[in-house]
Amino acid sequence: MTNNTLLESLHTLLGTKIVASEILHDTLVIEVTPNEAFNAIQMLKNDADLSFNFLTLIGAVHYPDEKDRELCVVYHLHSWKNAIRLRIKTYLPKDNPSIKSLTPLFDGANWQERETFDFFGIQFEGHPNMTRILNMDEMDYHPMLKQYHLEDETREDKDDRFFGR
Amino acid sequence: MEHTDNLIKLSNGQVLSKETIDGDIATINFGPTHPATHGIFQNILTVDGEKILTSEQTVGYIHRAFEKLAERRPYNQITPITDRLNYCSSPINNLGWHMTVEKLLQVEVPKRVQYMRVIIMELARIADHLICDSIIGVDTGALTSFFYPFSEREKIYELYEEMCGARLTTNIGRIGGFDKDFTPVFHQKLKEFLKTFPKAFEEWNGMLERNRIFMDRTKGAGPISAERALAYGFTGPNLRAAGVDYDVRVMHPYSSYEDFDFTIPVGVNGDTYDRFMVRQEEIRQSLRIIHQAYNNLPEGPFHADIPEFFLPEKKDVYNNMEALIYHFKIVMGESDVPVGEVYHSVEGGNGELGYYLISDGGRAPYRLQFRRPCFIYYQAYPEMISGANISDAVITLSSINVIAGELDA
Repeated sequence: MTNNTLLESLHTLLGTKIVASEILHDTLVIEVTPNEAFNAIQMLKNDADLSFNFLTLIGAVHYPDEKDRELCVVYHLHSWKNAIRLRIKTYLPKDNPSIKSLTPLFDGANWQERETFDFFGIQFEGHPNMTRILNMDEMDYHPMLKQYHLEDETREDKDDRFFGR
Repeated sequence: MEHTDNLIKLSNGQVLSKETIDGDIATINFGPTHPATHGIFQNILTVDGEKILTSEQTVGYIHRAFEKLAERRPYNQITPITDRLNYCSSPINNLGWHMTVEKLLQVEVPKRVQYMRVIIMELARIADHLICDSIIGVDTGALTSFFYPFSEREKIYELYEEMCGARLTTNIGRIGGFDKDFTPVFHQKLKEFLKTFPKAFEEWNGMLERNRIFMDRTKGAGPISAERALAYGFTGPNLRAAGVDYDVRVMHPYSSYEDFDFTIPVGVNGDTYDRFMVRQEEIRQSLRIIHQAYNNLPEGPFHADIPEFFLPEKKDVYNNMEALIYHFKIVMGESDVPVGEVYHSVEGGNGELGYYLISDGGRAPYRLQFRRPCFIYYQAYPEMISGANISDAVITLSSINVIAGELDA
């Protein structure tokens, strides 16, 4: 199965749920709305032909400049039957971002969603234990957001201009 | 834990009637600095006598913010970060990262580099599996089986050392290939290793594989079914022990793995013994791959022709203007990368090790996420040890090869 034939089958299966699609390097990437993400993944998992049986990875990306689409949740699915990968993206606004949890479909989503919450502040509705996982519980911010810089902003001896940054 | 008249409520919300309890309910801290956890992670076990009722996991003790660090570092400086994920097989992490960047840059590396990488990665897999399997020995009470393979593992470390100067956190290779070709000493040591290792390995294997005590101890300990393992996102030897033959090297071959003839061992019950056996067989298969790769090692350059990323020779830097410019750009981290995003994965020591890289064309990645296999499968641990004895929890933990560095990123 190639990415193009996969896209055709996805259009047949998901129809208007697909907002956008593109092929990045070797992987097909589709965008769905946050409300449809759970249903789309469920349909992909249960479809006998496509059978995206394996959840490879859940992650998020922060795009602070894109209004109302600041947070992108990325699901990496893998169909072992067809040996093909698929990436599903969905965009959330930065205020109270929340999306339905995948834990009813994949038990392995549990910690990955907690990690995404920990680092990006995205709430996963229906998650059995939506708490921080790698950082300490007392932390009051979500460190992977772009407004939190890695280095101490008050330092004067490391001027970015001199390092081409 | 709350006690009412006849009911006991556990920390996970489970309610037990007192009649079903044999002895007293107790809470035991298994970790974070317990000698049998082999790393810093905590399991708070609720036990009824010797039987485990529930387990609560705490991870993150050695979280070092790798994904955040990576957003500030040039691409070649991220390699040392990857060392510190699964530090029992750092070369696989390093080379997987180089391949990810090469995929983003759309660079085709020479065949010789691909074969050299296969040799290094399979050596790393052997080293990783030797550690894990010998630790199962320790936890079943056989300390000798821990010391024996270390003299062999030492030879693999010497091979790393010959190629990159380091032993544990290797930082081996470069984006585009290697910093040098296999040296004469490497050739000699590799030949020696290939000659002596199989015998030493089988001798060590003989101590455990059909050992009555070892088999009684490990069979049926910490089992997981194929279905549950898949739901939990297991990959690598742990999944194969449950009977699923998924291997990234076969499903999405990288670095010319399609050229080699090897088999993927699978288990049946997914218990500690099967995990041990799968790893032992993978060591033999890795040796087969190394033999094939080494005997057919193609001639050619040991790096791709990408001057923006591959450091020029020092003598050229002094005598050649282009070399000086590229040297400066690489050292200052000013090499341009295309905008794009890639996911690349390799079969790591304990499962599918993936790199999800988003580049906005800047000097550092816009976002880099690691798929850390043991972070994903370690969450199944409470389910695997529920109802088992404490001593089974210990060998289950060592047999699923959880590496704290990778777990906590």
